[in-house]
Amino acid sequence: MSDFIARRPVWSLVIIIAIGILAWLVFSVWTPGMEAMMGRKRVFLSALFNGITLGALYFLVASGFTLIFGLMRNVNLAHGSLYLFGGYVGYSIGTLTGSWLVALVAAFVIVAIVGVLMQVLLFRWMEGQDLRQTLVTIGLSIVFADLLLWNYGGDTFQVTTPDWLSGPVQLPFVVALRGNGDAVMMTYPFVRIAILIGAIVLGVAMWLALNRTRVGMLVRAGVDDRDMLSATGVRVQLVFVMVFAFGAGLAGLAGVVGGTFQSLQPGEDTKILLSSLVVVIVGGMGSIPGAAVGALIVGLAEQFGSVYMPTYAVMLTFVIMVAVLAVRPQGLAAARR
Amino acid sequence: MAVIDTRTTGYRPPATEGLSAWVARRGAAFWVVSVLLLVMPVLASPFWLVQILAYALILGMVALSLMFLAGYGGIVSLVQMTVAGFAAYLVAILGDSAITQISLKWPWWMAAPVAILVATLFGTLSGALSVRTEGIYTIMITLAIGSAFYYLTLQNYTIFNGFSGFNGVMPPVFLGVEWGDTIPFYYLTLVLAALAYAVVLYVSRAPFGLALQGTRDNPRRMAALGFDVMAHRVAAYTFASAIAATAGVLLVWYQRQVSPGTAGVGPVVDILIIAVVGGLTRPIGPFVGALVYVVLRTFSLDMLEGLGLDGRRYQLVIGLGFLIIVLFSPDGLVGIWQRLRERYRRSQDGRVTQMRIGGGEP
Repeated sequence: MSDFIARRPVWSLVIIIAIGILAWLVFSVWTPGMEAMMGRKRVFLSALFNGITLGALYFLVASGFTLIFGLMRNVNLAHGSLYLFGGYVGYSIGTLTGSWLVALVAAFVIVAIVGVLMQVLLFRWMEGQDLRQTLVTIGLSIVFADLLLWNYGGDTFQVTTPDWLSGPVQLPFVVALRGNGDAVMMTYPFVRIAILIGAIVLGVAMWLALNRTRVGMLVRAGVDDRDMLSATGVRVQLVFVMVFAFGAGLAGLAGVVGGTFQSLQPGEDTKILLSSLVVVIVGGMGSIPGAAVGALIVGLAEQFGSVYMPTYAVMLTFVIMVAVLAVRPQGLAAARR
Repeated sequence: MAVIDTRTTGYRPPATEGLSAWVARRGAAFWVVSVLLLVMPVLASPFWLVQILAYALILGMVALSLMFLAGYGGIVSLVQMTVAGFAAYLVAILGDSAITQISLKWPWWMAAPVAILVATLFGTLSGALSVRTEGIYTIMITLAIGSAFYYLTLQNYTIFNGFSGFNGVMPPVFLGVEWGDTIPFYYLTLVLAALAYAVVLYVSRAPFGLALQGTRDNPRRMAALGFDVMAHRVAAYTFASAIAATAGVLLVWYQRQVSPGTAGVGPVVDILIIAVVGGLTRPIGPFVGALVYVVLRTFSLDMLEGLGLDGRRYQLVIGLGFLIIVLFSPDGLVGIWQRLRERYRRSQDGRVTQMRIGGGEP
């Protein structure tokens, strides 16, 4: 951190000022002049929180994607299908058992098994052939999409939120003042807060696992130099299978999460896939912190875009991607090689 | 540069190559297919002529532009269908359509060239953006560009007319010919597709094409030889985008409407499927792939129901077919054909070695 400040004093200053302005916007009571300029504070705050929680969902999907890409150079374009598959599995098991947590775990495990099968049966045999692997994932995504459509039809599903997660919660932010001077506090769905916390916990756990454990060390070594890792006697195929299983499982888990606060329907797979593509391009391919930064940026851009300039919301995300590519083609958080 | 020059001047084909020699050099298959395509209007019904063949030729042209980039440049770009879709939109916006409040009603001879030009520029810009990253990243970035265009057309109502797009885009009438009619439209697409095919073949043997193939095989060595690798790649995008944009103009005249779905994520991926199934190594591959794709798409309902299966599962058939091709024949149907021919030739070799007079590769 201090290293970053020393290297880039100007950028650090800009970031600190931006954070300061944001904090002031969140905590202060907006004057009528500000409300005239930027709309109601309630709208601003809900866009902010929706953006952050959407970013949490994107992080769950994109971290698996980026992990698989970073280690195996496999652009898994079937990742969106794994997400949708996980969501549907979670829905089925949720309605069967009535438990949201069981659905979450089951989706993780089942989609992870699918990931293992993909790696063992297909990708293992075409190692090093990047393009062929990607083409196979495209074929798989078409097949998956049609199988899911076959099984679940074109209807929209939503995973039921469990009782202990539903309902609003009051946040310590003043939205507006009543006529008599009372402050109106912001209320927000608890399930989204829970998902945000879950994503943060998972992200920190992943960071710790990658940086503080032996398996994480193997994975990082594999990202840096796969051939050298296998030359030192590590059973690199086992590491691949584990990482693929974990990444796919995360996509399945994210499917249940996304099915809880959004909805599941055909076409959601490509939407999520494209979002995670942009997240990974913006953040830097193969980097977990990059996925977090990218997911936050993309989530915020989508939500603020749809509130303040609805026609061009998607273009905003795209413009961010173009700008990042133009300035830092390797992504915001990727290591310089 | 110098290396190529000496080679091309060193090998000087007989300047007075007669017509018969030129005819013979093409090979029998080339002439059979050409004649068959030319007399097709006599043989085929209007449905086959337009719905199958003309459509396959148009899709084949878009896939050809991808094949040029992927086969000769090693760049797998998913933006080609978007370029075609953009050109189609521009024809509808600049020319005439049923959406009179947006269309500018330019005559076709202004609208179509400007559409091709602007769409080519768009393709070049996307190329300039994506060549900054290497290899497999290109697929991700071009896919993101393509989907951004899709969502833009979906959400923008002032220029792209949102979800419904433009309908009532009519093919032009000139030289007294109604080019939207079955037979003129078939010949129009045939001539343009043949032209695109010939140009791709020509460029692949021209110094630019050879240098591009050099950047595909070893970019560092090409850079050391003094070639600007990035510039070659961007120029390849420009060339390919011009072909894709021309196909896009034909596409809007064929469908007489354009909507976000024209260049959605599905069609973008379909073009990749067409090119890969046909074969990325030869310019004829994309056309073969397009024909197979269009036939499958049109008749899979009947075929599947004939087999007693659910007719709606044609997407599954296409996906599985694609997977099988990718897994077992990475160079597509053309590759299978070539391998069969090689095997046949080898078995013949033993008996009639002396009869082989130069490998007439088309």
